Amino acid sequence: MKLRQKRFMFIVAAVVGLAAAVGLVLNALENNVSLYFTPTQVANDEAPHGRSFRIGGVVEEGSVKREADGLTVNFVITDMHKSIPVVYKGILPDLFTEGKGVVAQGRVEADGVMRADEVLAKHDENYMAPEAADALKKAEAAKAAAATPASAPAASSTTE
Amino acid sequence: MIPEIGHFALIIALFLALCLGVLPIIGAARDNAVLSDTARPLAYGQFVLLAIAFLCLTYAFVADDFSVLYVAHHSNSQLPVIYKISAVWGGHEGSLLLWAFLLGGWILAVAVYSKHLPGEMVARVLGVMGLVSVGFLLFMLLTSNPFDRLLPAAADGRDLNPLLQDPGLVIHPPMLYMGYVGFSVAFAFAIAALLGGRLDATWARWSRPWTTVAWVFMTAGISIGSWWAYYELGWGGWWFWDPVENASFMPWLIGTALIHSLAVTEKRGAFKSWTVLLAIAAFSLSLLGTFLVRSGVLTSVHSFAADPKRGIFILSFLVVVIGASLLLFAWRAPKIGLGGKFDLLSREALLLSNNVLLSVATASVFIGTLYPLFMDALGYGKLSVGPPYFEAVFVPLIVPMVLMMGLGPLARWKKFALPELAKRVRWAFASALLIALLLPLTMGEWSAMIALGLLLAFWIIATMILSLHERLGGHGNFMQRARGQSLSYYGTQVAHLGVAIFIIGVTLVSGYETERDVRMDVGDTLQAGGYEFRFNGVTDVQGPNYTAAKGRVSVSKNGKPVTELFPEKRQYHTSGMPMTEAAISTGFLGDLYVSLGEPIPGSTGAWAVRVYIKPFVDWIWAGTLLMGLGGVLAVSDRRYRMRRRTTTNILAAGSK
Repeated sequence: MKLRQKRFMFIVAAVVGLAAAVGLVLNALENNVSLYFTPTQVANDEAPHGRSFRIGGVVEEGSVKREADGLTVNFVITDMHKSIPVVYKGILPDLFTEGKGVVAQGRVEADGVMRADEVLAKHDENYMAPEAADALKKAEAAKAAAATPASAPAASSTTE
Repeated sequence: MIPEIGHFALIIALFLALCLGVLPIIGAARDNAVLSDTARPLAYGQFVLLAIAFLCLTYAFVADDFSVLYVAHHSNSQLPVIYKISAVWGGHEGSLLLWAFLLGGWILAVAVYSKHLPGEMVARVLGVMGLVSVGFLLFMLLTSNPFDRLLPAAADGRDLNPLLQDPGLVIHPPMLYMGYVGFSVAFAFAIAALLGGRLDATWARWSRPWTTVAWVFMTAGISIGSWWAYYELGWGGWWFWDPVENASFMPWLIGTALIHSLAVTEKRGAFKSWTVLLAIAAFSLSLLGTFLVRSGVLTSVHSFAADPKRGIFILSFLVVVIGASLLLFAWRAPKIGLGGKFDLLSREALLLSNNVLLSVATASVFIGTLYPLFMDALGYGKLSVGPPYFEAVFVPLIVPMVLMMGLGPLARWKKFALPELAKRVRWAFASALLIALLLPLTMGEWSAMIALGLLLAFWIIATMILSLHERLGGHGNFMQRARGQSLSYYGTQVAHLGVAIFIIGVTLVSGYETERDVRMDVGDTLQAGGYEFRFNGVTDVQGPNYTAAKGRVSVSKNGKPVTELFPEKRQYHTSGMPMTEAAISTGFLGDLYVSLGEPIPGSTGAWAVRVYIKPFVDWIWAGTLLMGLGGVLAVSDRRYRMRRRTTTNILAAGSK
């Protein structure tokens, strides 16, 4: 009887612990996953409101403007189909350049501008962030479907 | 010519590895001493050939042989020599060669330092490691040969990624790989024990020092990587929960569980099956880490390879290794038995609970790292799991872990009485609680999270002092008693103290750090954390293979100059990549950290400047250093050396 009780205690402890761990992990995943959308999806209103998410694409040529404080930066993320303006205050990563891949995380407000709290440009000269590459591919496919074949090479030229 | 020699050496090494993986294992199974005894010579031969291959590739780098594709991709004639050497493991093919070379080294070490083990055990261990070596050499020769030629040769190389041109990255990968590969020894011992059906305290004693050494290397490798990220990436963070970091963190967590579990198996004969399972898991996760980083399945700073053929090979290799080991485990484990019995309240139970918590922590990192990959593969769209997830999961796991960690070394094996233990530790707990509640008041704002972090840290320190007091205190000769304790006891205490120091660092830096991104004109000053930072403008300087804008920032406190900092913004010639080189003034109580953002257009010499005050940040790495030191002390324990000496004596006596 004593041995059986002991074993029972072990099992109860293990089950309770496991349940707690699973609950913890699921709860954390639920609240802390950040979803990713393309500019086209955001323009089509598929992205959630009032929640932070990521946009991937390319920094539109000639769109980067710094405000007088030197830190607030305005730029446009595009997938060559739709564009989303972004505002970010802070120092940008080393490899943030016009015409290159970028991923921004933040909220899109009612005015359609993303207030980014994180900007990522993790790539070397030949590498594009997978989310950015994916956004371009999707936009290209959408454009091809819209039967404007002449404009399709525009997207591929940015992937070098 | 030299690259061809390297290539041939690899092919012959593969052949020897194949022999090593087959002959001794058959020999051990059939009790054939001739076959078993081939293990050592094959191990020596394999190491020599892998060393030749490694030297050939190093030579190709140093001699700027751009007719080798890998060299042309990862080096450049302007690169300083030290980085030409470290560029050998700056990419996919070369890091695999390093992996294989280090594996050859571990096999050699086992062959040399196993004279006291029974012959069939040595044959099996070396055989299993030989099989692992076969997998890696095949992978290299079939999909990623570092000696592939580029004809006609390139005029100059493409250059090493500037991020990797740093002393930290010269030593980080070899250290980390020593850890990864080192777990193959623990794995091989476990498989050998399963094959031989002999799994007892002696088995645990043999594999323990090897596992600890691998763990020490891994601890060092991960901390150097973290330190590198802190000063080189220019973001001031020391851990990003990046998939590549997680890939090395998972085997570390399981490895930590493994060294504790091995201790119980050696001392009490308990947890046998569990220990074997952990050894298999630790090595599988090392392989998974290599797979994640090297197959290009993840995309972060470290993964430069993107070739599905490679991914499929490593994945199949992984499936074979894990599948075969688990099958063997399922077949043999019932014979092993569970080992010694213990009570719900015992040191064993505390260690087991912490083992389970470490495994749960590993599983949560695993889920967080692979979840986005699965969702992407299944077509549910791209998403990312960031630091908030890992922090949300880790804090609740670490609290009970650390509380038990304090009790573990004090509790008795087999069974302890809770009231008695509670009485022993009450003052330790009370003093830790008091310090945790009061200390934050002296440092700035009081917050519950900081108090909790400090409570955990001081709980470890207080219980450590209690343990030392109980063992060394009292009347009589203190030195004699101090010498009477085993080195592994001190190892445990030092490593646990390392955890405490680490927790203090993490708690205080996340609680009290200051970060300021500001525009600074020449002559501007900034007040932050009691310091005054004055920006004196930038000048252009020439490096060996880059041009840099070098800023000068004077730091003073209460009008007295403290230090001068020189952050740089570099532009590398060959790759054209910009790089931020932060300037850090390191101190016992914290770091001053300045990095340059970008010049502000339309101004006269103004820059965006990032200034951090990082209190106690270096305690993080001091803590990991102590953990590693604890491991070193533990393997230096007399009983591992005594064991060898007595066996040699017995052998010597027997041969007379």
